[in-house]
Amino acid sequence: MGNGTRLGRVRGLGSAHEGAGEWWKHKVSAGSNLLLVLWLIVSIALLPGYDYATVAGWIAQPLVAVPLILLVLSVTFHFRHGLQVVIEDYQHDETRFVLIVLLEYFTITVRVLAIFAILKIAFTSTGVAA
Amino acid sequence: MANVRNTARPLSPHLGIYKWGPHMAVSILHRATGSGMATVGTGLFVWWLVALAYGPDAYATFQDVFTLQNGQLNILGYIVGIGMSLSFFQHMASGVRHLFLDAGANFELRSNKRSALTTFAFSILATAIFWVVLLEKAHG
Ligand code: HEM
Ligand code: HEM
Repeated sequence: MGNGTRLGRVRGLGSAHEGAGEWWKHKVSAGSNLLLVLWLIVSIALLPGYDYATVAGWIAQPLVAVPLILLVLSVTFHFRHGLQVVIEDYQHDETRFVLIVLLEYFTITVRVLAIFAILKIAFTSTGVAA
Repeated sequence: MANVRNTARPLSPHLGIYKWGPHMAVSILHRATGSGMATVGTGLFVWWLVALAYGPDAYATFQDVFTLQNGQLNILGYIVGIGMSLSFFQHMASGVRHLFLDAGANFELRSNKRSALTTFAFSILATAIFWVVLLEKAHG
């Protein structure tokens, strides 16, 4: 690459034709983050206490565990795209590639760990629902 | 790689030449709070869930890091707690403002500046209300 005609040098380097779709999905995840994280913050503020039984019992309820899983999906999707933009703004050589791969692993690990933990709490908790 | 910057080319004017204003502060804070929540916040969130999944002992270890013997928050608990809630409310407010800008609205200088200042007022107020609710409960 890089020693043909001027046109030949830039061909194939342009838009990947995926940017607008990615951008739009990021905005949609901002909307679901808004609803879900506000729900989590308000719920935490209203919990009667923060001891193990109260918190685990709270998470164990279906209408808490499920929104919490949705929150994990929405937030991990949102920050994965967000951090990728940050990386692309500051890293221009090979570190960009390495960081984006690490970000991908980080995101998937967080997603699986969080969802597994929520399900484990939901299926095993003997705490009383708050 | 095609990405490597040609150092012979000049950079466009950057931070050094602009006069700081609320709009610039909101923009960089949006990035800082988003990146902070995505890393530190996510780490804490996953730790909290995994500790709960392991059971009462692991959860007690998690709580011990952020609380004193009597159950009140310690210094670290306050720094992390207030830092995270303030970050969230600031990112949320500037995120909603950003969605209006994305739609092409609110670029007039006065309203743009006013909405930037509003995000600061909102995040401080919302964080204060959140902590009043928490502390009222803790102190009966
Ligand atoms: C109320 C909920 C939220 C809203 C309305 C929101 C909104 C937004 C918007 C509109 C953007 C795009 C900014 C741009 O295009 O420059 C963005 C970026 C970002 N968000 Fe959020 N967000 C929310 C919650 C979160 C959470 C909970 C996290 C992390 C766990 C997060 C992490 C990020 C990151 C890392 C970026 C990229 C920052 C950048 O490019 O400068 N956001 N957010
Ligand atoms: C594989 C895991 C991780 C990846 C891929 C990652 C990636 C990143 C990226 C891309 C940035 C933005 C850098 C920039 O502005 O150019 C960042 C910033 C940051 N990370 Fe991480 N991170 C990881 C884990 C962590 C962990 C575990 C922590 C702390 C417990 C952490 C703390 C931070 C902090 C505080 C910043 C903000 C630095 C700043 O303001 O510039 N990161 N990380």
